[in-house]
Amino acid sequence: MTAAIQFVIDVLSLGGAYALMALGLVIVYGILRLVNFAYGELVMAAGYTLYLVGGSPLPWLVMAALAVAAAVLTGIATDYLAFRPVRTKSVTAVLITSFAFSTLLQNAAQLLISPRPRSIPLPEVFSDTVTVLGVVTPARNLITIAAAAVLLALFTLAMRRTILGIAMRAAATHFTMARMLGVPANLVITTAFAISGLLAGTVALLWLGRIGTVVPRVGLEPLLIAFIATVIGGMRSLEGAVLGGFLLAFIDTSLNYTLPQDLLKFRDAFTFSLVILILLWRPAGLVRGPATGQRT
Amino acid sequence: MALAVDGLEVRYGGVRAVRGVDITVGDGEVVALLGANGAGKSSTLLAIAGAIRPFAGRVRLDGRDVTGTTPERMVRAGVAMVPETRDVFPDLTVEENLRLGAYVRRRDRAGVEADRAAMFALFPRLAERADQTAGTLSGGEQQMLVIARAMMSRPRLLLLDEPSLGLAPTIVEQIFAMIAELAATGLSILLVEQNVSKALAVASRAYVMRLGRIAAAGPARELAAAADLEDHYLGG
Ligand SMILES: Nc1ncnc2c1ncn2[C@@H]1O[C@H](COP(=O)(O)OP(=O)(O)O)[C@@H](O)[C@H]1O
Ligand SMILES: [Mg+2]
Repeated sequence: MTAAIQFVIDVLSLGGAYALMALGLVIVYGILRLVNFAYGELVMAAGYTLYLVGGSPLPWLVMAALAVAAAVLTGIATDYLAFRPVRTKSVTAVLITSFAFSTLLQNAAQLLISPRPRSIPLPEVFSDTVTVLGVVTPARNLITIAAAAVLLALFTLAMRRTILGIAMRAAATHFTMARMLGVPANLVITTAFAISGLLAGTVALLWLGRIGTVVPRVGLEPLLIAFIATVIGGMRSLEGAVLGGFLLAFIDTSLNYTLPQDLLKFRDAFTFSLVILILLWRPAGLVRGPATGQRT
Repeated sequence: MALAVDGLEVRYGGVRAVRGVDITVGDGEVVALLGANGAGKSSTLLAIAGAIRPFAGRVRLDGRDVTGTTPERMVRAGVAMVPETRDVFPDLTVEENLRLGAYVRRRDRAGVEADRAAMFALFPRLAERADQTAGTLSGGEQQMLVIARAMMSRPRLLLLDEPSLGLAPTIVEQIFAMIAELAATGLSILLVEQNVSKALAVASRAYVMRLGRIAAAGPARELAAAADLEDHYLGG
């Protein structure tokens, strides 16, 4: 019984983080039909901001807010510097500029700070353990679950209730039609990047909190996870991204629990094999997006 | 609102879809734009709406040059477009589709609410389906929705691209009755149609396009009387 509870907590906390990562990637993809390869650098930006304000006497929550704000600003900068100038030109151009922007940010971190890990400030509670229903688990896991639940709920509410949220859902299916109703293209796109930064920045706090350090290439794994989760869930659907995140976490955790010790280092190979099987069964992902839509 | 289009040209790469078109629509006037498939009617409308950039020519609203502006600015200038592809947002509810139609005047809550009630009165079928997603509507209901949605911005000029396309005859009757009702409110309408007799019945003037050019123009009654209209211009 305790093993089952432990398993559920592990899946939910890992899945919560994965779902937020995937949602941050797919919110931009849904509107532009372009993968933002500089997505991982939003996590990096939050990480280095935490490192930079680490020595200050600010309360941790303020530092965390600054880190998330840095991720949001980096997201908006990605739009202005990497996407907007070439968005209407060609897909290839945007893919190249988003790769270039990603490399640029990583190199900047390497040159201006260090290629080596830098430690980030963490609140006490991150290293505490708590007992839930007889199971001892890191408090960080429960915080991750709570943060994911709150953010997903707020996100859903904003997308359903606010006019901008409705406009963003509309723009994801018929971008030009949304514009012909007066929805400004740039506003929708910049908002998508800002939300992407908000999600990536929040995930960064929880994700980097496990290891306590930041390196220039720290964004690679979140980008990969987000990408795989959205591919499983369906690139065209916000619900799909969340579902994909939890499913990927379920697969990872199950393998962690069942694989013998000497096979555990091949866990990712097993995960990818399962992902391929899912895609063979459902090539467009689990949740199909709306049937129509063109690139913008 | 008065629309004046001069020497409009639209190209898709090497394809010259519109080759110098002049069109005017007066205040409160209903003007039909007729022509066979591929004549360049939709391209003309999209260029006016700002959805595609004209290769050459001018688009003016009440004398003001709006050539090559963005679609969102055109809506704010009072022009609403209903494309032939209809483009309901399939996973948004009917209600949300309408709310989005009022995007440019979203702060005028009372006005938006009143207009929505007016649209539901005009299209009772939509009121019944307010909470359904638009993707579940029939073709006719989707056409009603996109017209109602366009009206939510309180346009002064409505661009309608083939509203009767692919609809059952009874629905076509309803749609044209709607257009007549909207016209009676003083709205200017530029109506693209293949249903020549119905379009000429509701319009006061008409243009006939052929191969990207205006091949004929005149009062709707005169064009309707020209027995050879269909053979000459619309057939090929
Ligand atoms: N997006 C496009 N790309 C290339 N050619 C197009 C495109 N849209 C329309 N055309 C071409 O432009 C011409 C005019 O098309 P259109 O404006 O849709 O005419 P109509 O609405 O009168 O049927 C046609 O030859 C059509 O094939
Ligand atoms: Mg057409």
